[in-house]
Amino acid sequence: MSHQQTISSEKITSDLLPQKFGKPGMIWTAFLVVLCLIGLFAYYRQLRYGLSVTGMRDYASWGIYISNFVFFVAISLVGSLITAIFRLTNVGWRTPLTRIAEIIAVSAILFASIIIIVDMGRPDRFWHLFLYSRLQSPIMWDVIVITTYLVLSVLFLYFPLLSDLPILIQNSKPGSRIQRLYKFVGSFWKGTAGQVALSGKAIQIISVMIIPIALAIHTVTSWLFATTYRPGWDSTNFGAYFVSGAFLVGAGGVLVAMYVFRRAYKLEAYITEKHFDNMGKIVVMLAFLYLYFNINEYLVPAFKMKKAEEHHLVSLLTGDFSVLFWSAIFFGMILPVIVLLIPKGRKPLPAFVMGILVVIGAWFKRFLIVTPTMLSPFLPMYDTPESYKTYWPTWEEWSITIASLAGALLIVTIFVRLFPIIPIHETIEENEQIKPEQV
Amino acid sequence: MNADSVKSGGEALPRRNFLKGILLAGAAAGCSTKDPFTSAAKEGGAQPSGEMVQLLSTTGEIIEVDKAFLKPTEQIPSITGMAQRMGIEGKKFVMVIDLSRCKNLKKCQESCNHAHFVSDAQNWIKIYPMQEDEHTAPYWQPTTCMHCDEPPCVKVCPVDATFKRIDGIVGIDADRCIGCRFCMAACPYSTRVFNWDTPQLPPEVLALQYSSETSCPPKIGTVSKCDFCPDMVRKGELPHCVSACPNGVFFFGDMNEDVVTNGSETVRFSELIRDKAGYRLMEDLGTKPSVYYLPPVDRLFPFKNELQSEEG
Ligand code: SF4
Ligand code: SF4
Repeated sequence: MSHQQTISSEKITSDLLPQKFGKPGMIWTAFLVVLCLIGLFAYYRQLRYGLSVTGMRDYASWGIYISNFVFFVAISLVGSLITAIFRLTNVGWRTPLTRIAEIIAVSAILFASIIIIVDMGRPDRFWHLFLYSRLQSPIMWDVIVITTYLVLSVLFLYFPLLSDLPILIQNSKPGSRIQRLYKFVGSFWKGTAGQVALSGKAIQIISVMIIPIALAIHTVTSWLFATTYRPGWDSTNFGAYFVSGAFLVGAGGVLVAMYVFRRAYKLEAYITEKHFDNMGKIVVMLAFLYLYFNINEYLVPAFKMKKAEEHHLVSLLTGDFSVLFWSAIFFGMILPVIVLLIPKGRKPLPAFVMGILVVIGAWFKRFLIVTPTMLSPFLPMYDTPESYKTYWPTWEEWSITIASLAGALLIVTIFVRLFPIIPIHETIEENEQIKPEQV
Repeated sequence: MNADSVKSGGEALPRRNFLKGILLAGAAAGCSTKDPFTSAAKEGGAQPSGEMVQLLSTTGEIIEVDKAFLKPTEQIPSITGMAQRMGIEGKKFVMVIDLSRCKNLKKCQESCNHAHFVSDAQNWIKIYPMQEDEHTAPYWQPTTCMHCDEPPCVKVCPVDATFKRIDGIVGIDADRCIGCRFCMAACPYSTRVFNWDTPQLPPEVLALQYSSETSCPPKIGTVSKCDFCPDMVRKGELPHCVSACPNGVFFFGDMNEDVVTNGSETVRFSELIRDKAGYRLMEDLGTKPSVYYLPPVDRLFPFKNELQSEEG
């Protein structure tokens, strides 16, 4: 970390302290709030008129709410990727990225739970899930692991934040609302040796625990599909396929977030080109991994073309969904691999663009996992109105889905307004550790 | 149509055994007169309408009663939600669908939709034009819920809103269903429908307490499907589709008694399946349906699909 040795602790602190929103920040926040309000209005309509306001019908009985849910679960996996795996393997350059990854994970998993309630026909009976829960249903498994993951992720965000709180309290206006918040969150933290040891231990334990749970949330989510008989879902590969896809979109999401925070908060000294270079390489590796599973998932069944699978595979490879399918494969996987393999492609800007492609491609990939299968039932679609045989989301569905994405971004935005997105204390510590070696 | 007893395999099967207590309507057991309705109604001052209805009395005789003298009873003995979930002890309901007799009249569908207030766009019974391949024979295939013995829909339901009863019926509790639609994804027979909209119901139906035996009244945001009409069985009648089909395509009965009937023919279930090589749909999935099919051999009607412009 040669770039850091020249930075003094004071400079680090003033660089990394959360800043008031400038004009762009205000506009951005207002924009997100507006999107959320539109979504809330659409949801009010859905509550009032039922799921009939959506494009879903008896055949396509799951739509973009479910694919959006899978997307959120996928992107939340990144928290454990960057934070836990890098922590345990002592990857030196992780420090500036951990909190970014963890807040993305927390907000994504939160909205995953919200969107699943939105999808329910009777959200007023949500409590039935606890009153009448039946453990044999994969939905209950999902409820259990997602709740666990949410709690662990919040703790994983919180514990490393503690050591920054004295700095925040010190640097905020005495008696201001924000200082009261900091005090409420962590005035008990004095940074004593005992506390540091305890929190270090807790972080260590969570790092270990969160990896299997993170794998579980995604595997269990894949089982929502794989435990059915449907063509395209009835696969023993599904857990691994979903997990690998989740790693890819998570890493892509971090690339995007790194670039945005770096630009918005002038963090060039902390999030360096080296970080983009490393993350770029990781994205390449994960894209290859995901491609590998895609080949298994689609080409192997296509080789056999079993009758039940045929309708589904043809609709993806050459039929109604083929443009979307091949675009998601090309722009979401192949193009990022090509660009990020070139050293120049791992510079911040191109890496950022590739990150965006990966994330958008991943969203549509989730759509392609859910919808074409729903429209490929075993018995032909028959005795049903034409409108039941296709699926296209209505404006209510789009607004609610976009609002959920905006809501997740809003949480991240508010978080960086209140807390340092790069751990201050850890950065100072690392900086001091480097110095003596250099002297 | 009578069929008090039918010869099958050289054995007389009293039909009343199967259709127990055909007459619960008046609940006038032990009355000395053959027709308790007329006397009771005349006391109440009812005027005869002239329209006569034939009924089977508790003593086994056919009596004629003026329609105006019959009082429609409340939804016959009201059964608790728990009893509805349990099912009828000692029964194992089965259905046999004879594909050789189906000509896509859709009477079954009509009466089913009517009886269960299924929305206009939806059907619990679907009649598919099936043709596996260009060179194989086309035929009509009605489908109901298969009331699987290994029901994938029940396995995945997180709240036990869809459940398997001891008599083999797979029911739905619309007061409990959270509308997650996982069961729809899990059912390989595409038999479940969802109440996307507020169901359009007459006020008297709307006022009823939900019963999983009639699946009425349907509720917004929950699933519905064919329920095998256990309410009709409790009344000693056949499911709506069975009695509506003029060609006798549907046979309904009890596997434990080994009897099925389509209303006019009553036969041994095991012999029917054996002699006509009955089979079930998608046996390879291991769902173990309770609905059997008789192959479309020697069809009574030529397959005509000119009514349908839709592809199958
Ligand atoms: S046919 Fe479908 S809904 Fe009926 S029991 Fe089988 S899986 Fe369940
Ligand atoms: S939609 Fe209702 S019946 Fe079906 S799985 Fe969900 S809760 Fe159970």
